[in-house]
Amino acid sequence: MKLLTLNFLTCAIKTCKSAPSSFPLHPRDASLEVIETDLNLPFLKNILPRLMWDELRVITSELGLPDLPPTPPTREDLVVAAEDAAVEGEESEEEASQTAKDLHRVLLETTVKEGKLVCGNCGHEYKVLEGVPNFLLPGHLV
Amino acid sequence: MPDYLVRLVQMHESFRQAELQALADVVEVPIEFVKYEDESPFCIVRLPSDASAKAVISRSLLSQGIYELWGQGATYDALHKSVKEISNAKWAQYDSVPFRFTLDCFRGTRDNAEQREIIDSFSYLGFKGPIRMREADASFKVFEEYGGKAAGPKYAYLGRFVAASGRDAKTTYDLKKRHYISTTSMDAELALVTANMALAAPGKLFYDPFMGTGGFPIACAHFGAVVCGSDIDGRSIRGTGGSARRGQTDKFDVQDNFKQYGLESRYLGAFVSDLTNTPFRLLQHSNSASRGGYLDGIVCDPPYGIREGLKVLGSRDKLNEQERATHEGRYKDPGYIPPRKPYSFTAIQDDILAFAVATLVENGRLSMWMPTANDEDVELIIPTHPCLDIVSVCVQPFNKWSRRLLTYRRRAESEIPEGALESIKKEYEQGVRADELNDFRRKYFEGFKEFERLRQEPSTDDTNNKADDSKGVSGRWRENSGAN
Repeated sequence: MKLLTLNFLTCAIKTCKSAPSSFPLHPRDASLEVIETDLNLPFLKNILPRLMWDELRVITSELGLPDLPPTPPTREDLVVAAEDAAVEGEESEEEASQTAKDLHRVLLETTVKEGKLVCGNCGHEYKVLEGVPNFLLPGHLV
Repeated sequence: MPDYLVRLVQMHESFRQAELQALADVVEVPIEFVKYEDESPFCIVRLPSDASAKAVISRSLLSQGIYELWGQGATYDALHKSVKEISNAKWAQYDSVPFRFTLDCFRGTRDNAEQREIIDSFSYLGFKGPIRMREADASFKVFEEYGGKAAGPKYAYLGRFVAASGRDAKTTYDLKKRHYISTTSMDAELALVTANMALAAPGKLFYDPFMGTGGFPIACAHFGAVVCGSDIDGRSIRGTGGSARRGQTDKFDVQDNFKQYGLESRYLGAFVSDLTNTPFRLLQHSNSASRGGYLDGIVCDPPYGIREGLKVLGSRDKLNEQERATHEGRYKDPGYIPPRKPYSFTAIQDDILAFAVATLVENGRLSMWMPTANDEDVELIIPTHPCLDIVSVCVQPFNKWSRRLLTYRRRAESEIPEGALESIKKEYEQGVRADELNDFRRKYFEGFKEFERLRQEPSTDDTNNKADDSKGVSGRWRENSGAN
């Protein structure tokens, strides 16, 4: 499971949903794997305003990944300022900036292979098996 | 705007117009339907330009191609007259380019001599360029539509080829050639159509809450979307539950399906979860800028309760203290399987709508499949939600039942009438058994008696109720044993 997914997931227990501490889920004993993929600039641009930036920073620091800047980048930060590209006209391809590459590495290339995801509110642990987290709740919690 | 002729395929009729509309929506091009009939594979639309016609059709599954309309008529005399009227200004443009002329007869045939004669009858176009059957710069086609028992065509068109459709994808994603499938995988063509209806496109984020072996996410990824999915059965995702294919015993998983098509970079991953206890973020947290949803589209084919059980987390009966304690003590064991219970069929539909409302961005789309018994045809109940517009309803009919593809659009906050959200409290089927909770399932296994009865005795009031016997042995057996 790629790290971006964690930006959308909270605890599955209904009473936890309203508690701010249930988001993000905290990775514990996680083994990570980086799988290189093609950079998808339109997707990064589209998803950027939907990211919960502070929570993303919490996760990256807990996983010991390189620190993300304290404020979220803007869409303009994702492309290299194209001054000479203007000569070619608008048709020329936009080039991804280092910011975009770093973000791509964290969100779309870093995957959680094994480990646990822990709710900050109730402490429930969700196991990750073969890269697939299990959010099914046991009988007494439904 | 010029008129274009779309050569549709003559199947999945009720999906065709909705697909073209959705494809025009994806590329944000205005489309106007001039002529469309469910019985005909020829549809005339109005589009701004050749470029937009190409953009619209290139993703289409239910058409073969799009042509600039040069003329039409019920007879060849009328067709020639119309060609001379509509398109004579364009003739000079193709005066000397390599070209070809072909014939497409729908429900009819022409032998070579006849074809030649028809093509020669257009000689007044005055093309002097070389004839090239391959890689011609301009390609013209005469379309004939036959109907009934008449010897000749009932209508004919002349079109200049603009662009081919994306129907090849149907072959690429054919289930027969897919690495890993399950018993309820949706056929590739309809999965791709579903992705089209939901406006899957580059840069977008899509989710399937009932992914199984990932057919819908793969279809969305084909059109450029980044996808993720979940299923209540983790074995189908990780691929440890066996395969639907005979003799296939090795480990196969959804990830490998994405690999097969070279779409791994668009696959975010999957998780095991139940829609009624979803881990998705349904309320907003920190930065308020992202008020609203985060998914661009949701596509799904929820379990009907026939081949795949319609179940959610929970127990049929309320757990007593001791059972609760057992679950609490055991749930961390590696072999622990959470209890599941059958669920109401109408409730799951409404749950999907409510989930879509909480997670979709404005104008995001939900496309979901729902089965229905044909005897309920009189009044099709389509689940609704005040925050969702129904975009299209497409029907795939089977013998005694059919299934529908429902497509919804998430309204913007400003479009939602005030107080509308408070009014949606509903009563669902009560009970603990699957048959009590799922009307469709009950009818399915009763062999759609009502449908049979209506068909066999259209008007008479059946007081004897003999039709109840349609299940054969068991029905008669019940009657006999009841006499005891």
